[in-house]
Amino acid sequence: MSTELAPHRALGLTDSEFELIVEKLGREPNDVELAMFSLLWSEHCAYKHSKKLLRKLPTEGERVVMGPGENAGAVDIGNGHAIAFKVESHNHPSAVEPFQGAATGVGGILRDVFALGARPIAILDSLRFGELDSERSRFLLDGAVRGIGHYGNSIGVATVGGEIYFEEPYEHNCLVNAMCVGIAKQDEMVRAAAAGVGNAVVLMGASTGRDGIGGASVLASAELGEGDEGKRPTVQIGDPFEEAKVLECCLELLAKGLLVSLQDLGAAGLTSSAAEMASAGGVGIDLDVARVPLREADMEPFEIMVSESQERMLAVVEPGRVDEVAALCEKWQTGCARIGEITDSGLVRVLRDGEVVGEMPVEALVDGCPLYDLEPAEPQGWVYGNRATLDPDASGEETMLALLSSPSIASKRWAFEQYDSVVGSRTVRRPESADAAVLQIPEAGNAIAVSIDGNGRRVACDPYAGTIEAVLECAQNLACVGAEPLGLTNCLNFGNPEKPTPAWQLDRSVAALADACEALGVPVVGGNVSLYNEGPEGPIYPTPVVGMVGELPDPSRATGSGFAAEGEAIGLLGPFEPNLAGSELAKLRGELDAGLPLPDVAAVAAACAVVRYAVREGRLSSAHDVSEGGLACALAESAFAAGIGCRVDLQHLRERGCTPEEALFGEGAGGFVVSGDRETLEELGAALLGTTGGTTIELAAGDRSFSLGLDAAAEAWRSLADRQTAPTP
Amino acid sequence: MIWGVLQFPGSCDERDALHACGLLGAEPKLIWHEDGDLGGGVDAIVVPGGFSYGDYLRAGAIARFSPAMEAVGEMAAAGRPVLGICNGFQVLCEAGLLPGALLRNEDLRFVHRQVELLADGPKSPAGADNSAHRLSIPVKHGEGRYWAPPETLDELESRGQIAYRYAPGQNPNGSVADIAGVTNEAGNVLGLMPHPEHAVDPLTGSTDGLTVFRRLERVVA
Repeated sequence: MSTELAPHRALGLTDSEFELIVEKLGREPNDVELAMFSLLWSEHCAYKHSKKLLRKLPTEGERVVMGPGENAGAVDIGNGHAIAFKVESHNHPSAVEPFQGAATGVGGILRDVFALGARPIAILDSLRFGELDSERSRFLLDGAVRGIGHYGNSIGVATVGGEIYFEEPYEHNCLVNAMCVGIAKQDEMVRAAAAGVGNAVVLMGASTGRDGIGGASVLASAELGEGDEGKRPTVQIGDPFEEAKVLECCLELLAKGLLVSLQDLGAAGLTSSAAEMASAGGVGIDLDVARVPLREADMEPFEIMVSESQERMLAVVEPGRVDEVAALCEKWQTGCARIGEITDSGLVRVLRDGEVVGEMPVEALVDGCPLYDLEPAEPQGWVYGNRATLDPDASGEETMLALLSSPSIASKRWAFEQYDSVVGSRTVRRPESADAAVLQIPEAGNAIAVSIDGNGRRVACDPYAGTIEAVLECAQNLACVGAEPLGLTNCLNFGNPEKPTPAWQLDRSVAALADACEALGVPVVGGNVSLYNEGPEGPIYPTPVVGMVGELPDPSRATGSGFAAEGEAIGLLGPFEPNLAGSELAKLRGELDAGLPLPDVAAVAAACAVVRYAVREGRLSSAHDVSEGGLACALAESAFAAGIGCRVDLQHLRERGCTPEEALFGEGAGGFVVSGDRETLEELGAALLGTTGGTTIELAAGDRSFSLGLDAAAEAWRSLADRQTAPTP
Repeated sequence: MIWGVLQFPGSCDERDALHACGLLGAEPKLIWHEDGDLGGGVDAIVVPGGFSYGDYLRAGAIARFSPAMEAVGEMAAAGRPVLGICNGFQVLCEAGLLPGALLRNEDLRFVHRQVELLADGPKSPAGADNSAHRLSIPVKHGEGRYWAPPETLDELESRGQIAYRYAPGQNPNGSVADIAGVTNEAGNVLGLMPHPEHAVDPLTGSTDGLTVFRRLERVVA
């Protein structure tokens, strides 16, 4: 055997996969065909290690308009309108080049949503980096935040929410997940399935260059390692202005009924768009690469077919309407090229000036990839690091300040002030003012709430319980603004599925996602899988990120998370069982090997219903779910909003057997900190904890009791900006 | 008064501006940048926020050459209200309809924040109504640091052309003399970095932005 890698192996295909391709074609593939197969049979496109698991997820629901398989999912919001949404990862490009990686992550998810005919109205981001004391993490954070802002701000879509966590296992493999939400008239929505033999295939938007070649197969379907700088050319470059024009052009084309179907060009470029459109429609497709507008004249056919140049859309158009389509593209000063047609051959045929340079059955390309069973094995004990950074004898006050200034808990104002959260005039609750973003939907006379959540560390502690918590956290955030969940999208960020531990994490996590969604009655309408997230030290924390969209009738009733007035009662609602296992405090103490208790999903769902009812009736002054840092941090966050302190006694939890530290800093699902008048809270079944007011946070919990000035506490909580002293890239 | 709102490729806040203008009275018109007739007749015009032409050459530098901007110049000369918001302010400066220039923010970062403004020119309606003097309006820009040479600043001060300043301690971009918005000498052309069209509904923020539109309507009333 020669030392040189066989071409198929260099492209990421195994020997047996290559043999299967030869069998399906009846001959050896040529270079064009091999390149196309390698991309569509990559993990990123074929989901070959995850597809069997994903079949467990519940996808049906009364309000579902479009489910998995389309460019994005969509749910009915009333009055003939639908809300489309999806989350997607751009992890590996962002780890190599954070600004462009994050920017094009936003650009890609926007295209998925407007490909349905929906106008994007909101973006949310879920980001993970290594610890903030690492220069690399600060560089990645700075670049990713700038990149998200650059794209979202320029294109005029509000970035309304998100989350950022800092944990050592993400040091080499950061996560950048972007979610987009759009609104569409249901009768103007379009599917991705190609139809109509003889119809024209039109490529719109930017020209095609050599950027991003192999992004899906080289970057997204293998582990990161040494020498990743050499992969920089595989990262795409974003042009939000081009996308702004393509977006407006596509929406106008759809409103005028000029398109039969529409699909964005994402991973694997023309190859996947064309093959997937043909597959969904049960037709064949001919494409002539000589008709594709190029940035560089001498591109090879395989390069044109796999280029991941951004801001491109593929449409199927009736032949008689191509001129009208071209005229609108001219108005919007964006590209328009008729590059092929729909056939009844069942083949994807690639031509150059009429000469066939590649010919493959659609079915073999899209559905021919073998699906693999995972070989999961539960690891013996904790497989990640466990670094203590807090003195075990720290007082209650010292512990509180350490938690508030912990970057994962600290205010993310530094980041979200770099995003336009109001463009579009829909944003009723901006970042940090409530647990979920709230957007008014005048088209349907109501509003939506959106949240994105996922705590990888807790999933690492127990993939099943941790994933249940992620779904519950989302549902709780929605309940705090009075919203009822309509649908869920997810991005499953895991390590190498061919290794036993990540395989086990993935298997348990998807089972939990299915069970939680089933129990809450929330359908999964779309999602994305990102595997092979590993660095030299091993896999990332298993990180299922959950995005949820809910409906609320009256946006003016959406309650904020901050105390609203002095002298009001503070209560704790819900089946909250505080536990230090997997908590932020356990992390600071290096005690992350204690598993995670399983939450009671039905009890949390019932508590969500109580909070939702109370918010909709306008009976609460504030509602905030208890998450990282426990009750103490939840109370502090409610206090910071309007600078109203609190005096609280946690005797209630102490009587139920909690230690002072568990009562203050213990975490777990199901807890809500609410404020309002005493009778209301009692009527709702809340345990009364204390009273709002003053300029201190006074928490009584046995030998860990403390009183902390609001200013000192807020200073710790607002310390992220000072610690983010990244060099400008 | 019928307001028109320009739309360039890359405009972002044109729908928001249309919504705001609709609250003032007559149905406003959206005007494509190639329309040199400005939709066949409007009384006042908004050059909206966003990233016209991607702001790739320099913010506002390309949009100023569009056919509609020639007509906007004529409206300005005729004393009709012209309001440039954010990117629109940059376009009006590039077009020479307003003095000065907008530079990159001092900390080189995009900033979105609710800020307080003081309306303080003599042409401001604020003198009579103290509550209208202090406005809560969001900013969102990367190139909003107003700059003009010292002699121009002296002129702007003496002629009362500094329509809006950031309240003490609230300047988000390092602009000279805390300037947030300026007018031309006649007072009918106003450019400002904060977004009054995003402050017209208590549900989404404040309603203070409406006073900015009304100020211009009053100039010609």
